Amino acid sequence: MSKKEWPLWEVFIRGQHGLNHRHVGSLHAPDAEMAINHARDVYTRRREGVSIWVVPSRDITASSPSEKGPLFDPAESKTYRHPTFFDIPDEVGKM
Amino acid sequence: MYAQLVKSEGLKSREEMSPQEQAFQDRVDNGEKIEPKDWMPEGYRKTLVRQIGQHAHSEIVGQLPEGNWITRAPTLERKAILLAKVQDEAGHGLYLYSAAETLGVSRDELLDKLHSGKMKYSSIFNYPTLNWADIGAVGWLVDGAAIMNQVPLQRTSYGPYSRAMIRICKEESFHQRQGYAIMMKMAQGTPEQKDMAQDALNRFWFPSLMMFGPSDKDSVHSAQSMAWKIKINTNDELRQKFVNETVPQAKYLGLTVPDEKLEWNEEKQGYDFSEPDWSEFFEVIKGNGPCNRERMDARVKAWEDGEWFRDGLNAYADKAANRRKAASVAAE
Repeated sequence: MSKKEWPLWEVFIRGQHGLNHRHVGSLHAPDAEMAINHARDVYTRRREGVSIWVVPSRDITASSPSEKGPLFDPAESKTYRHPTFFDIPDEVGKM
Repeated sequence: MYAQLVKSEGLKSREEMSPQEQAFQDRVDNGEKIEPKDWMPEGYRKTLVRQIGQHAHSEIVGQLPEGNWITRAPTLERKAILLAKVQDEAGHGLYLYSAAETLGVSRDELLDKLHSGKMKYSSIFNYPTLNWADIGAVGWLVDGAAIMNQVPLQRTSYGPYSRAMIRICKEESFHQRQGYAIMMKMAQGTPEQKDMAQDALNRFWFPSLMMFGPSDKDSVHSAQSMAWKIKINTNDELRQKFVNETVPQAKYLGLTVPDEKLEWNEEKQGYDFSEPDWSEFFEVIKGNGPCNRERMDARVKAWEDGEWFRDGLNAYADKAANRRKAASVAAE
C-alpha cells in the first residue's frame, strides 16, 4: 500500500462583488481538478465565491521574515507618495 | 473546550529567556501575530501542534455521534440541516489540520497519532446520542461550550490558528441555534417529547461542563500557554460564563438543569454550581468512557476503508501527469 500523501494546495476565491481572488486557506488533493472540487466543498459552503483558483503550495515563493527590512523599510521615508503630503489651499477647491 | 489537558512547557521568567525568546514574547505581548516562517520557541511550536491537533481531532470525531442520527432525523428538512452541520464539522477539522501543518507536521501524521491513540480528542464525544433530543442537546450545549472557548481564541497569537478560529466561529453559531431550535420543538411538544428533552439535558449537562477541562488555577502549563496567548481564559472562567449564559436558556425551555446546588449568586453576578465528577472525566480521557472504543473503531475503519480510494486518485493523478508530459514531448 502506498503511503503517498496528497500534495497541498493554496486556495484563492473571488467573492461576489468583482473583487480580487483572495487567499482563503489550503487543502490536500491528488490533482488540480480534485483540488477545485475540495475547495468548493471546504471553502464555499455558504456562497462565498463565484470563482476558485488553486495553486500547488510548493510553487509559491515567499519572502522571508529576515528580508523584511531591505524589502519594506525603503517605503517608510517616502511619505510624499501619499496625497496628504501636499498642502493645497482651500481656495483651490477639491483636488 | 475542544482541547483539554494540553501539555505545555514550563513558564519561563524574563531572566531565563534568551534575547530571541524575549523579542518573541514582546511581539506576543504587543498583540502581533506570529506567522509560520517567523522564529518561535520550540515549546510554542510543540504546544500549538498538540492543541490545534487535538482541536482538529475533536471536530472530526465529533461528526460521529451526530452522523448517527442523519438517517433517522424526523423530517427531510431536519435531515438536510443535520447533514450540513456534520459537513461543517469536517470543514472545521480541515481548517485546523491546515493550521497545524504550517508548524511542520503533516495531516496524515496527525491522523496516525489519533488512530494509534497517541493524541486525544475532546472527552464529550465519548458519550452516546440515544434519542433525537440528544442532537438538540449536542448543538445547544456542546457547540455552545465550544463557541465559548473558540470566540476568545480568534485573538490567539498564532496567525493561521487565529484565522481558522475566525472562520469556524462564523459558522458555529448556526450549530448552536439549530440545536436550540430542536430543544424548543421538543420542550413545547407532547409530555413524552418534553421528557426526552429533559433526559437529554440531564445526560449532557455535566459532560458539557467537563469540556472546559479541570480547574487550572494552579497549573504551570496553563500559565505558559496564557503568556503565549494560545490560551486566552482559564478553564474556570469559561465554565462560569457558559453556566451563566445557559441556565436562562434552559429556563426558557421549561427544563431543569440537573444540579441541586445551582443558585444565583448576587455578589459574583453569576451562578454557583456543582463541579462535574472529575474522576469520570479522567476515566473517559483514559479511554474508559461509554463510547471511546466505538468512536476509535469507526474512525480507523473509515480511514482504512478509504485507502483504496485515496490511492486510486493518486494513481489517476500520476497517470494524467505522465500523459500530459508525453503529449508535450510529442508536440516538441
